[in-house]
Amino acid sequence: MSRYSALSLLRGALNGQRHWQPAWRDPEPKSYYDVIIIGGGGHGLATAYYLAKVHGLKNIAVLEKGWIGGGNTGRNTTIVRSNYRLEPLHNLFEFGLKLWHGLSDELNYNVMFSPRGAMFLGHSDADMVKLAERGDAMRCDGIDADLLTRDQVAKLEPLLDMSRDARFPIQGGLIQRRGGTARHDAVAWGYARGADSLGVDIIQKCEVTGFVRDGDAVVGVETTRGRIGAGRVGICVAGHSGHVAGLAGLKLPVESQTLQAMVTEGVKPMINSVIMSQSLHCYISQSDKGGVVFGGDPDNWPSYAQRGHPMVMEGAVAQGLALVPALSRLRMVRTWSGVTDMSFDGAPIIGETPVRNLFLNGGWCYGGFKATPASGWTYAHTLATGKPHALNAPFSLDRFERGATIDETGSGPMPNSR
Amino acid sequence: MMLIPCPHCGPRAQSEFIYERTVDSVVPLDAPTDEAMTKLFTRNNPRGVDDEIWRHTYGCRAWMVVTRHRVTNEISECRAIGPEALP
Repeated sequence: MSRYSALSLLRGALNGQRHWQPAWRDPEPKSYYDVIIIGGGGHGLATAYYLAKVHGLKNIAVLEKGWIGGGNTGRNTTIVRSNYRLEPLHNLFEFGLKLWHGLSDELNYNVMFSPRGAMFLGHSDADMVKLAERGDAMRCDGIDADLLTRDQVAKLEPLLDMSRDARFPIQGGLIQRRGGTARHDAVAWGYARGADSLGVDIIQKCEVTGFVRDGDAVVGVETTRGRIGAGRVGICVAGHSGHVAGLAGLKLPVESQTLQAMVTEGVKPMINSVIMSQSLHCYISQSDKGGVVFGGDPDNWPSYAQRGHPMVMEGAVAQGLALVPALSRLRMVRTWSGVTDMSFDGAPIIGETPVRNLFLNGGWCYGGFKATPASGWTYAHTLATGKPHALNAPFSLDRFERGATIDETGSGPMPNSR
Repeated sequence: MMLIPCPHCGPRAQSEFIYERTVDSVVPLDAPTDEAMTKLFTRNNPRGVDDEIWRHTYGCRAWMVVTRHRVTNEISECRAIGPEALP
């Protein structure tokens, strides 16, 4: 693999940029791999990358039913942050955020990570108390968090409706300045290129249709491109976790829902940070290309459709317009939706399954993108050693039957909170 | 938006309805602990047809079972709920 650099670009300029090579190979599947990862999204590709890079494994394949990064990696709002409430989530997401800060250098691929600040808005006294509590919890675990006054919020985001009779009056905020956004496709492509250069076979258009069993163990997968043997198999398929795990006879604590997002035409910079409101469930940021990206609630019923319903979109936009009235002048140019596997405590599942040699990384709900590096890093450790890393040990599949759920919103445990 | 054929009111816009849960996740009061656990915390979650409980909240307010395909959103059946509809 040739290294990307300013010098290679300059050299290419003298040669009509004819030096560019494909960033990864398109290999035929071999008959056996030590580790097979099902799912070529950001998480699967990151897992393969760290398996090869950190654990030195040579014989790894990533199987993707479509094209890499074509699932939820390409269907999110690209927000990166670690401002959660509970310690296990702090540890995992903050580890990820630290990896984000060096990711472009690590991969020699510009993932366009932009730590522009991720800000929660507070709309009431109760909101401000919750935000202060969350900020304190974060700082206790060594994560940056600043409580903002109303004036500080107004200064950071001048286009917010700060009037006293606003539909959703703003009293203040909580900002994590090291949070921000990244370029979603570049994350998949960067990890793919890195993994490929370390010998990982990335096999696209290869759907897993079943598991090969030997007693209580999985010893391979059936795919649309034939049977492939495997030492260990890792499921990493986001919204399709329930379906793929079902092929191995497992019933998961997840329900798949559609989550939509949408983007306006490109305009000059108008949104400086990532604006989020947890009371409303609204996410607004501006991409580097200038489009204003909206996200909102999931469609609150099960779906694998990869297309959402306009009434949910309308809800997200109504909230966005109430917060930033100037957005009403923009045209919406594109919407998309992904299939999210909503776990019942809102936290992900990374670890072993009851089936020997079969592992699961899923249940990311609507928060998977930001965790891509941490997810890959911990899942690689789990697949290489057969045991979870300390970071992902709390996120085991059996936590529900043990009563050790990790309530992602920090508002108290309850089943079916999603 | 889906058009849900309410057994009492006829076809109505989905925005009048609220999704509750799947039929297989209703916990009978006398269920043993492990069965209650399974029903509370796991779902078949098929990439295909499942029986779901919906409520016509902004209409007749009745509960019903909707048999729906989760990729195409096609509704093959919508029947009134009663004690006999639940396991």
